[in-house]
Amino acid sequence: MDLTLKVWRQKDKNSPGQMVTYPVKGISPDMSFLEMMDVLNEDLLRKGEDPIAFDHDCREGICGMCSLYINGRPHGPERGTTTCQLHMRHFKDGDTITIEPWRAAAFPVHKDLVVDRSAFERIQQAGGYISVNTGGVPDANAIPIPKSIADKAFDAATCIGCGACVAACKNASAMLFVSAKVSQLAMLPQGKAERKTRVENMVAQMDIEGFGACSNTGACAAECPVGISMENINMLRSEYLYAKATSENI
Amino acid sequence: MILDSKIPEGALAEKWDKHKFNVKLVNPANKRKYDIIVVGTGLAGASAAASFGELGYNVKAFCFQDSPRRAHSIAAQGGINAAKNYQNDGDSIFRLFYDTIKGGDYRAREANVYRLAQVSVDIIDQCVAQGVPFAREYGGLLANRSFGGAQVSRTFYARGQTGQQLLLGAYSALNRQIAYGKVKMYPRTEMLDLVMVDGKARGIVVRNLITGKIESHSAHAVVLATGGYGNVFYLSTNAMGSNATAAWRAYKKGALFANPCYTQIHPTCIPVSGDYQSKLTLMSESLRNDGRVWVPKTKETAEKLRRGEIKINDIAEQDRDYYLERKYPAFGNLVPRDVASRNAKLVCDEGRGVGASGLAVFLDFADAIRREGQPAIAAKYGNLFDMYEKITDENPYEQPMRIYPAVHYTMGGLWVDYNLMTNIPGLYAAGEANFSDHGANRLGASALMQGLADGYFVLPYTIGDYLAKMPYDKVAVDHPAFKEAEQNVIDINNRLLSIQGNRTVDDFHKALGHIMWEYCGMARNAEGLQFAKQEIRKLRDEFWRDVKVVGVNEELNITLEKANRVADFLELGELMVEDALHRNESCGGHFREEYQTPENEALRDDENFAYVAAWEFTGVGNDPVLHKEELKFENVKLTQRSYK
Repeated sequence: MDLTLKVWRQKDKNSPGQMVTYPVKGISPDMSFLEMMDVLNEDLLRKGEDPIAFDHDCREGICGMCSLYINGRPHGPERGTTTCQLHMRHFKDGDTITIEPWRAAAFPVHKDLVVDRSAFERIQQAGGYISVNTGGVPDANAIPIPKSIADKAFDAATCIGCGACVAACKNASAMLFVSAKVSQLAMLPQGKAERKTRVENMVAQMDIEGFGACSNTGACAAECPVGISMENINMLRSEYLYAKATSENI
Repeated sequence: MILDSKIPEGALAEKWDKHKFNVKLVNPANKRKYDIIVVGTGLAGASAAASFGELGYNVKAFCFQDSPRRAHSIAAQGGINAAKNYQNDGDSIFRLFYDTIKGGDYRAREANVYRLAQVSVDIIDQCVAQGVPFAREYGGLLANRSFGGAQVSRTFYARGQTGQQLLLGAYSALNRQIAYGKVKMYPRTEMLDLVMVDGKARGIVVRNLITGKIESHSAHAVVLATGGYGNVFYLSTNAMGSNATAAWRAYKKGALFANPCYTQIHPTCIPVSGDYQSKLTLMSESLRNDGRVWVPKTKETAEKLRRGEIKINDIAEQDRDYYLERKYPAFGNLVPRDVASRNAKLVCDEGRGVGASGLAVFLDFADAIRREGQPAIAAKYGNLFDMYEKITDENPYEQPMRIYPAVHYTMGGLWVDYNLMTNIPGLYAAGEANFSDHGANRLGASALMQGLADGYFVLPYTIGDYLAKMPYDKVAVDHPAFKEAEQNVIDINNRLLSIQGNRTVDDFHKALGHIMWEYCGMARNAEGLQFAKQEIRKLRDEFWRDVKVVGVNEELNITLEKANRVADFLELGELMVEDALHRNESCGGHFREEYQTPENEALRDDENFAYVAAWEFTGVGNDPVLHKEELKFENVKLTQRSYK
């Protein structure tokens, strides 16, 4: 099929960007969206033009590297799907497709469709861990964890850190991302010891990074490619309230 | 050069404990005087960097992705082996050791593999303490499942996302050290050269992938945990960015590269659907527990099916060939990966393959669905069936999956001794980047085990032994050795940018992948390998004459990044062919058609080839020099693997 792509091009962080239109021809419906982008990039290269920079790596939907805001939706029109797992059969011959980077003040553009998500890293560094050193830990079966809790913790732990939740939110809030880690570790007995400081520190860092406030629209969970649920945000709120009400850090 | 594997004396079961006692220690106050560089942040790199930081060393960690959490360990599906014997089914450290040695077709070092089995139990404890949500039974204890090549259930798992959960565990430990300031993290930074001073590894040269800036970093020791080289085939289950550049440039500085021809071709992947294909997706080995593999009995039926003249259901039961069940009645569809892959190729070569290209076989769940019902099958494999449908637009509940083998893992890598140190003092290699534990074939759920064993439990001991003997003095990055390496990197980049030819980097990469897959893939022979060697040389010459790299160095330049990686693959490919050509036997993932039993099984030659082939660089286009490390088997008896 033949398509028209409108793609955000931006030379670097400090240059202004603009939408540029590219026709692409002979796209197979079995191609993935990123393979379609590869085809366009090969064409651009042969013409001696700069190919479009976009983030991607595993192309299996698990590394969280790919992004792309496609026709106004993070990771495109299919629910529960990363851009790398989106296939062209979900588009029609003659379609015009708009492709933009994640849009959030906390995710500045490096180039074209590549954004800087290091704010997520700093939030994780603020407390997204259990403080154990290598070695000297108890036997893995020493603490039984009910299956239902292990399963729920797992559901939260599947966050791939792609940033679609931030891109989907009108306030560019990172609440879903932060809540996934907070609730995973708050649910597990191993994570209880640092339960209060973790949520306090991670939320404080989230605010420092300039993410917006959460107004509970649920756009984040609706667009999350791995189905992280709004329940985690509820849990984050109650964890935060509990921590602040009993905090030793005031 | 004499290869000293430095395997400790004494009984197999006591070597590691004795060695840990004998290694020199660095006292806590002195650890902060040493700097360690870790390149790569997958399971091996992240766990090593975090553990070094906890011990008190100053660590610099590097990855080319935008976050350490993106490393391709994240995509591992099935699980991680450990000799916990929680199931009371007769597992033990010795049994895990034995299965791994045998699974590797007797081409790995006994002492390394035994240590791997020993520390496997500690890995599970460590991961649970970090909050890794492994699968659990209703009683709250950890669940296990079984995997290929073993008769016990020793595989720990987190649904089909075990690699993700383990990596996020190691990543969280790494983050904690970054927050403490013990690890400085450099994402979007790619290592392009190794720096040696007085014969020791003392640093690296990197390129900042955002600004293009070439920078040097100095340290007392360098750890490469940069993964495997499966992308030499262009199409593989590796991530798009997975590359061999760090390891390769270390090879060109004198590190030996061991067993490069040992590559693992995984039997159950989604087949190629067109020229535009950028990567291949694995369907977990666990599917072969319930799926039956078949192709039409005759070439004529297969042709009709491919032309669309008949439908799958028009093929009567007696016209189907369940070839694995027919040839290997004892193991059936659960033969090891190398055997299953080779047989799929065999039936496709006979013209009996299915799908538009004829390069696929069926994996059929109809019997299992009839037997257990669709909900039971969905509960076991739902996420895999969904992924298959997403990619192929075919519903595997209604028609069989089409699968074909794909390059998945490389057992070869940088040669290391028992301490995981290469032959260059101060240069270590861990995880898939080294050659050490899997011999000629890796068993399922063992890659995660090895990555974490190396990073959490081996390197933290062995690197201290080396550092304890090192002076504290740092080498400044304006030392001539750093300047020379920087200039080398700048020269390569300038050369790539100045060619301005007609063919794209991907074009060359695809051409190389084609040669490798045809002549150095699932089945190899001397004639084909000789031909491949010439073809690769020709292709490499053409690359340096006619490649087209646009833009400049001082920017985010995706073409320049790729060009560097493909330039190295074009040299590595030749070494793989060289190794495959010299190894006149078949073993594990290396199948030479000249060396097979009358039943088409791999024929090993223990008399002449029970050694590690470690290759020394002598210049691009020159034949490398072979060094042999004899493998001594004192605790297992070498036997022919049979699955009939």
